[in-house]
Amino acid sequence: MHTKTLTELRAGLAAREFSSRELTEHFLRRIRQFDGELNSLITVTEEQALAQADAADATLARGEGGLLTGLPVAHKDIFCTEGVRTSCGSRMLDNFIAPYTATVVEKMAAQGAVMLGKTNMDEFAMGSSNETSFYGPVKNPWDQERVPGGSSGGAAATLAARLAPAATGTDTGGSIRQPAALNGVTGLKPTYGRVSRWGMIAFASSLDQAGPMGLSAADCALMLAAMAGHDDKDSTSLDEPVGDYLSDLNQNLEGLRIGVPEEFFPDTLDNAIAENSRDALRELEKQGAKLVPLSLPSIKLSVPAYYVIAPAEASSNLSRFDGVRYGHRCDDPVDLLDLYKRSRSEGFGEEVKRRILVGTYALSAGYYDAYYRRAQQVRRLIRDDFARAFAEVDVIMGPTSPETAFKIGAKVDDPINMYMADVFTIAVNLAGLPALSMPSGFVNGLPVGTQVIGNYFQEGRILNVAHRYQLATDWHQRIPGAFA
Amino acid sequence: MSWETVIGLEVHVQLATASKLFSASSTRTGDEPNSNASLIDLAMPGTLPVVNREAIRHAIRFGLAIDAEIGRRSVFERKNYFYPDLPKGYQTTQLAEPIVGAGVVELQLEDGTRKSVRIHHAHLEEDAGKSLHEAFSDETGRAMTGIDLNRAGTPLIEIVSEPDMSNAEEAVAFARKLHAIVTSLGISDGDMSQGNMRFDVNISVRRPGEPLGTRTETKNLNSFRFMEKAIKLEVERQIDVLEDGGEVVQETRLYNGETNTARAMRSKEDANDYRYFPCPDLLPVLVSEEEINELRDALPELPDARKARFVETYALSEYDADLLSADLATAAYFEAAAKQGGDAKLAANWVMGELTARLNTDDIGIAQSPVSAGHLGELILRIKDGTISSKIAKQVFDACWAGEGSPDQIIESKGLKQMSDTGELEKIVDDIIANHPAQVEDYRGSDEAKRKKKIGFFVGQAMKATQGKANPQQLNQLLQQKLNG
Repeated sequence: MHTKTLTELRAGLAAREFSSRELTEHFLRRIRQFDGELNSLITVTEEQALAQADAADATLARGEGGLLTGLPVAHKDIFCTEGVRTSCGSRMLDNFIAPYTATVVEKMAAQGAVMLGKTNMDEFAMGSSNETSFYGPVKNPWDQERVPGGSSGGAAATLAARLAPAATGTDTGGSIRQPAALNGVTGLKPTYGRVSRWGMIAFASSLDQAGPMGLSAADCALMLAAMAGHDDKDSTSLDEPVGDYLSDLNQNLEGLRIGVPEEFFPDTLDNAIAENSRDALRELEKQGAKLVPLSLPSIKLSVPAYYVIAPAEASSNLSRFDGVRYGHRCDDPVDLLDLYKRSRSEGFGEEVKRRILVGTYALSAGYYDAYYRRAQQVRRLIRDDFARAFAEVDVIMGPTSPETAFKIGAKVDDPINMYMADVFTIAVNLAGLPALSMPSGFVNGLPVGTQVIGNYFQEGRILNVAHRYQLATDWHQRIPGAFA
Repeated sequence: MSWETVIGLEVHVQLATASKLFSASSTRTGDEPNSNASLIDLAMPGTLPVVNREAIRHAIRFGLAIDAEIGRRSVFERKNYFYPDLPKGYQTTQLAEPIVGAGVVELQLEDGTRKSVRIHHAHLEEDAGKSLHEAFSDETGRAMTGIDLNRAGTPLIEIVSEPDMSNAEEAVAFARKLHAIVTSLGISDGDMSQGNMRFDVNISVRRPGEPLGTRTETKNLNSFRFMEKAIKLEVERQIDVLEDGGEVVQETRLYNGETNTARAMRSKEDANDYRYFPCPDLLPVLVSEEEINELRDALPELPDARKARFVETYALSEYDADLLSADLATAAYFEAAAKQGGDAKLAANWVMGELTARLNTDDIGIAQSPVSAGHLGELILRIKDGTISSKIAKQVFDACWAGEGSPDQIIESKGLKQMSDTGELEKIVDDIIANHPAQVEDYRGSDEAKRKKKIGFFVGQAMKATQGKANPQQLNQLLQQKLNG
């Protein structure tokens, strides 16, 4: 059962080939079997999953059901789940049992999804390797000496090892797409505002966006249909009609204009990675798409702009973790300042502290104009670059990540090098656009992903492109040997 | 050489909305601590704010009342600092793009002169919670601080004036006028005892013609009286410092009303860097022309208009009209009493006299007055129709204040009705004359002028005998008739 896509499992449930309970038990068994080595889940909610599976079976037996009835899903541990620990990968929230449920989780549950557990992640989603998690690094199922990427590395590894057929992720600077690429799975970051942020622990509010991660574009379309929509509880969620993602999947690509920015293929890019993405482009050309070379000159500024804006917002978002109302509190504080200092020093890891400091600095009196304001100006330039490009093309493509999965520990002492892992993904967050990463082959036995960027609310279009590509290729069906 | 004082105010006004600025929790006060604190107010991870549109509308109403520019686009920002009663670690407020721009407030001073105070801007923000330092300890008996977040997130407007006031009286007049405006608009209950309206006063002094001096800010004054005293105290202090050759330090000061003293809280050096930046969880607030027009058309009567109407309709003096129109509750009370009693002048005198005195003595607001406007109207009616004298009316008022019933019930149960039956009164007068031959002799031997004085004795005796219930005119008539023979 675990080799099937979510779409196939859905058909199997409908045809009564197996029950949701059998399906759920199968994945729970695989988690028990493999999660010890991979460390891709922080919490497994076995009891709750089986109860949800039984309820789903009852629903299915009545001939009813929603988009996801009976299908197991693993949620990133950044989403609040009532009654279940929601740690955000941090010691700060190691003791935090969420008192409410995130809209994303609730909407998927309303469509019948079965929650298997909560996936590991970089602490507060700050990281590109999953090494900043309080719960230890996640191993890449393709090579367990390597990182799975981040911050949704737990989700991507869970999928690649087939410990769950579907997962949720969040993407602030590439946190869905980069791990998807490094694990050979498909992940979509929707348009900013397409999916509610209510209940998703904030890293950088103006960039954070939740999205689906799965084994195929079709699976992501199915999940997105359940996740997307306006939410009164999130002022930045947009009141746009949700697309018919499943029907859009099969459109042919005749006449599709694919923008290929020179900035996504710099001279410094690993040739094998560049060639891999060019192969993917050639495949789409074969299906009738037209390649349009173009330039997005401002995106070279996206990494520095991002590393001002995201830490600035994070420094403020993480102020609530003060040891007063919930989360980690130091022992025997002598006074208020001591309570703050020690609770936060003990509760947060190094990378989180680094970003709080950077963000605090960037917002400080005298530096605001030089950093935060200028970063916002860069953001506008990037948005304008994309707007000009989308006047000419339907989608923009290139490699998702400049490299394949690197060795655990290889970059921990080199944050700047680590930040460059997101060089192709960050601009999309700054512009608020939707983008997807799909498996497009292997380099040295490690998965490589290609990114498909769409215009605002064009999730249907990019899912369609990826789906047509996946009809013609089998990269997304490859399973790491040890987990077959 | 003389000194010039320069005063500017920052006024926090709690808006009278049912729910908080960014959550659906009730803004009710007096409930169990933290019973009106939702996930959002507790700043639970993952929660997000959604702005309360009624708070926006209240702020716009205020802007319209002071003829200010309304921000068609206003932006909430985060003011970052750590404090236990600030759950998010930042206050959501407005800075660069506030909802209300520059406006003006017109004052009438006690000496009859008029003055304009310019408003720099007014912005929306959320209140913090409360730290409760008393009566908390852990299992081992160590003192702890309790946090009550019922107030956290309550909507406020902060009104920032230009430094246009030059003494305590002007500052108080300005504060009173703002109070009149916000209560008349119905956007705040203006209850200062609950901290629902509080004043921060910026004060500096200088020699005439010189540039502005260094200012201090005295924070959180919550009564007009304290504000006046605090300003006078600080002005004196600054002048003393300067005349002694010292320098005024820019600092925040805290005034203690009980001791009429103030102390420095923090100086400019230890001021926080608040790291303001636009709140990414909220979109800019957009206000349409239609919404502004709709709110403008529905504005209630404002204090200035009401005052003019009182002068016009009730023939009150400017001064009386000003006093009675300033506060919406007082104005409504006066109008109801005047209407029922059928005599505006009498109603005005009672409200400004006896009622105000009693409210001050008992330190309560007019809304809590045990004598309702209906009661006072009834009392005035009974004075006017001769049922009771003005003197007895005070007695009835006191009984009514003490909760002994309505004026009519009190007059009835206490038998305070004026004695207007001539037969009964005549008998009493006859008795007094018979019992006081010497005084009668004296009276009769006096000339007209002296008689006028001396009749007082007999009036007094009669009033004593009737416990004040004798109709004074009838009594006078009878006495003159009998004594003059």
